[in-house]
Amino acid sequence: MADNRKTGRLSGSRPSGISRRAFLKASAAAAASSLLVPRGLASVLSAAPAAAPAAAKAGKARAVIQIWMWGGPAHMDTFDPKPGTGNDYTGPFDAPIPTNVDGIMVGQMLPLLAKQADKYAILRSMTHGINGHETAAYMVQTGRRPGGRIVYPGVGAVVSYFKGYNAGYTGLIPPYIVLTTLQGRFSEAGFLGARYKPFATGGDPNRTPFAVEGVVAAGITQERQQSRRELLGKLDSFARAMSGSNRFEPLQKARDQAYDLILGDAGKVFDLSGEPSELRDKYGRHTFGQSCLMARRLVEAGVPYVTINYTGWDSHKQHFQEMRRKLPQMDSGMATLLEDLSSRGLLDSTIVWWGGEFGRTPKVQWEAPWNGGRGHYGTVFSTVLAGGGFQGGRVVGASDERAETVKERPIYPCDVIASIYTQLGIDVDARLPHPMGEDVRVMEPDAARDGKIELLKEIM
Amino acid sequence: MSRLVAVAALGYVLSVGAAAAQEADSVSLFEAPGEPSATSPIDQAVFARLDREGIQPSRLCSDSVFVRRAFLDLLGTLPTPEEVEAFLADASPDKRSRLIDRLLDREEFADYWALRWCDVLRVKSEFPINLWPNAVQAYHQWIRAAVRQNMPYDQFVRLILTSSGSNFRVPQVNFYRAVQGREPSALAKAVALTFMGDRMESWPKDRRDGMAVFFSRIGYKGTIEWKEEIVLFDRATTPTARAVLPDGTTTALDPEADPRDVFADWLIAAENPWFARCAVNRLWFWLMGRGLIHEPDDVRPDNPPSHPDVLRYLEKEFIAARYDVRHVLRLIMNSSTYQLSAVPRSDSLRAAELFGCCNVARLDAEVLIDALCRVTGTTEEYSSPIPEPFTWVPKDKRSIELPDGSITSAFLEVFGRPTRDSGMVGERNNAPTAAQQLHLLNSGHVRTKIERGETLRRLQGIARTDPEKAAATLYLTVLSRRPTAEELGILKSYTGDKRSKKDVYPLVDMMWALINSTEFQYRH
Repeated sequence: MADNRKTGRLSGSRPSGISRRAFLKASAAAAASSLLVPRGLASVLSAAPAAAPAAAKAGKARAVIQIWMWGGPAHMDTFDPKPGTGNDYTGPFDAPIPTNVDGIMVGQMLPLLAKQADKYAILRSMTHGINGHETAAYMVQTGRRPGGRIVYPGVGAVVSYFKGYNAGYTGLIPPYIVLTTLQGRFSEAGFLGARYKPFATGGDPNRTPFAVEGVVAAGITQERQQSRRELLGKLDSFARAMSGSNRFEPLQKARDQAYDLILGDAGKVFDLSGEPSELRDKYGRHTFGQSCLMARRLVEAGVPYVTINYTGWDSHKQHFQEMRRKLPQMDSGMATLLEDLSSRGLLDSTIVWWGGEFGRTPKVQWEAPWNGGRGHYGTVFSTVLAGGGFQGGRVVGASDERAETVKERPIYPCDVIASIYTQLGIDVDARLPHPMGEDVRVMEPDAARDGKIELLKEIM
Repeated sequence: MSRLVAVAALGYVLSVGAAAAQEADSVSLFEAPGEPSATSPIDQAVFARLDREGIQPSRLCSDSVFVRRAFLDLLGTLPTPEEVEAFLADASPDKRSRLIDRLLDREEFADYWALRWCDVLRVKSEFPINLWPNAVQAYHQWIRAAVRQNMPYDQFVRLILTSSGSNFRVPQVNFYRAVQGREPSALAKAVALTFMGDRMESWPKDRRDGMAVFFSRIGYKGTIEWKEEIVLFDRATTPTARAVLPDGTTTALDPEADPRDVFADWLIAAENPWFARCAVNRLWFWLMGRGLIHEPDDVRPDNPPSHPDVLRYLEKEFIAARYDVRHVLRLIMNSSTYQLSAVPRSDSLRAAELFGCCNVARLDAEVLIDALCRVTGTTEEYSSPIPEPFTWVPKDKRSIELPDGSITSAFLEVFGRPTRDSGMVGERNNAPTAAQQLHLLNSGHVRTKIERGETLRRLQGIARTDPEKAAATLYLTVLSRRPTAEELGILKSYTGDKRSKKDVYPLVDMMWALINSTEFQYRH
């Protein structure tokens, strides 16, 4: 499969759908400009090139892997266990386990992550008080409360703005990747617009090949790709009739970029078959495990922001049965990711950010129809940060004895996000480009936060 | 095996048929011979301006281009091969005009133009516009019915601005719910943007405050029914004695009367300088791809119209026709200006800006996916598990019929569907991106549509006995025209991957190539 895409586009071949005269003209222009501008997607992904942001400097971190726990994972059963609170709170998970850091305990279903606790910090006093999925997800990913007329961009879009194509990124792989489907329900790029939206891979990295939508087409040989491309060039009569116009230049550029990914080497980053079998086993032979491996490869290739959209944590019913199935997968994927990043020297420059839109009700709903379920809970929950300058082996903040309220050091989403930006070298006071000229800063304090952002100084 | 035989036969017949087809030398198949003539006041103004600028207008478009363009602009839908053939075979001189009339009466016209209004009126179920699914359905149905009945535009706007009642039972009150803020200043901004094309941000403060007064007595009240909300004139609010209209006139308000009525009376008066102008400019923008005032929701003194005389003419006609939207659409579409080809005859970059040629634009996201479904003989399915109640869209429903701007769809996202957050036309983004090209060139989604769709099976069947007919059907289906002799020659010589017999899929590749052509992907 990889053989099929061994060679890139033939240099000097005329792009399909463009007249010879126009091509020669364009080539001359490209030759002139390539002396100044590195080859990349800059100004191609959108018709309107954005001004280069000046507010990003080199930070401790270069990339983020966000493990998005869509649905809201139970803090009590993962990183904030409360042994001794009784069956109505712990359910069957009443025996948390020690970690490789003295004094830090995690849930009993996370034995592998327990061995990596020196690499991550647990924030146990996250709060925003919102119990609806959409609003809470928006809050956790933008740091802002909804309402008002501005739809703010999520963290990935902001990082893509400061670290992507208008900041010197020249990779063919888009700078903001989501494995494998969009988080959806609100526009992840907010007012920043389409240019900063994530590229969703589709497909399943646990299958061979990982059919990244549009990049990897199983069973279509390179020869067929080439002959189809030639056919398209010959049959595009309209583009030929329009050759006196520059109307299709942006399309042609976009198409050339697409073909560079389809036929060139860049797309090989998605081919997991070259990874050692034992390592793949260790990550776990499931979608999440292989997504973690995929995320490592993307960061290695220079992609600044990767989201793993990990679904299925909205466990209203039969929560514990569900957790017995899901937590071991999360454990192997995330623990191996931390270990692998660390052993490759990538953890120092890569932030791993684990969390969902909220936690789950500490008190178990044993009655029908829940039969042992946990509901939405935004009063207090946990988030995990590792790498990229954040200190591991630490716990920040605390919930009360039953994990029902914040006991000390409340942490709001704006604090976490501002801390991530700071580690990336993004100035939180910098302006974002709003289409109607509104004065919008990278991050502003939450209203509930008494007008200030509290960076996670304890672990920075 | 039978497929290989059919393909060989296709090659033979095409070589015979090629000689018969003909193509004019100087005029491409996208143009009609001759010079365009000024047939309406629109043309006189547009052509005079082009003449002054030394820009030669394009020729009129050919019949096959016209039929496709008219279908796409009015119905958001491709013509079927039968509809194309019938139009091409019609020899009467007024066939273009009659086609426009017929299309305006079709159900898809209501679907597609309701979609456009739903963008402007921000119809989406959740975040940050929290209408919720039930209200979205009601609001969309009301808007679609208004388009279908050709409700006079002044009445349409008055009902939206002045109604009170339940968001389920008086659906147009959702206008005041489909906003990101409910404070009077936010409501005033939405009204100015939507019906005056004006962005209040640039107004002086006293003018902004004065306008907000008209929307300061709107109340919202829940009911025991889930997600039902009453929008009303709230008499419990403190009346403000004076309000300032956007033209600067101070108005005394009756404390017992709903100030929205006062504003609506002012807005939809025939002499109002914003109202008709904003409406006809939007209609022009939707048909011509560019506003006479551009962007159409950025009306301000320092953004003058490119053709003030055209704008004045359309305003006058609109008002005289008692705000009949279809009348304005007919005026525009029957003009030579609308019917110009996209093929430029002038090097001037300004030709497109001054409507000296057709502005080509990639098909809207919803139109494109519908077109892909149509030409491949497939369907799409949509569902949204959140917010409740769950939304499941039946398979045979087309994307231009979707009421809810927040229904989950990766395709629509990638292809620039507007978020309907602000109601601004700039939200819809039809600019090409690499991600879009990856999807169209190489995704499993499009590939499955081609390889498993009804159309391919039908074409394979036809190719077995009549390969040339298969090629013609393919062209009529995807590009709404017959292939040229040269194109038939190219199809004939295409064999796919020569080295591997297993990979010879000429019909699949041919359909793939046409789907990826600019001619298919663009409205032209």
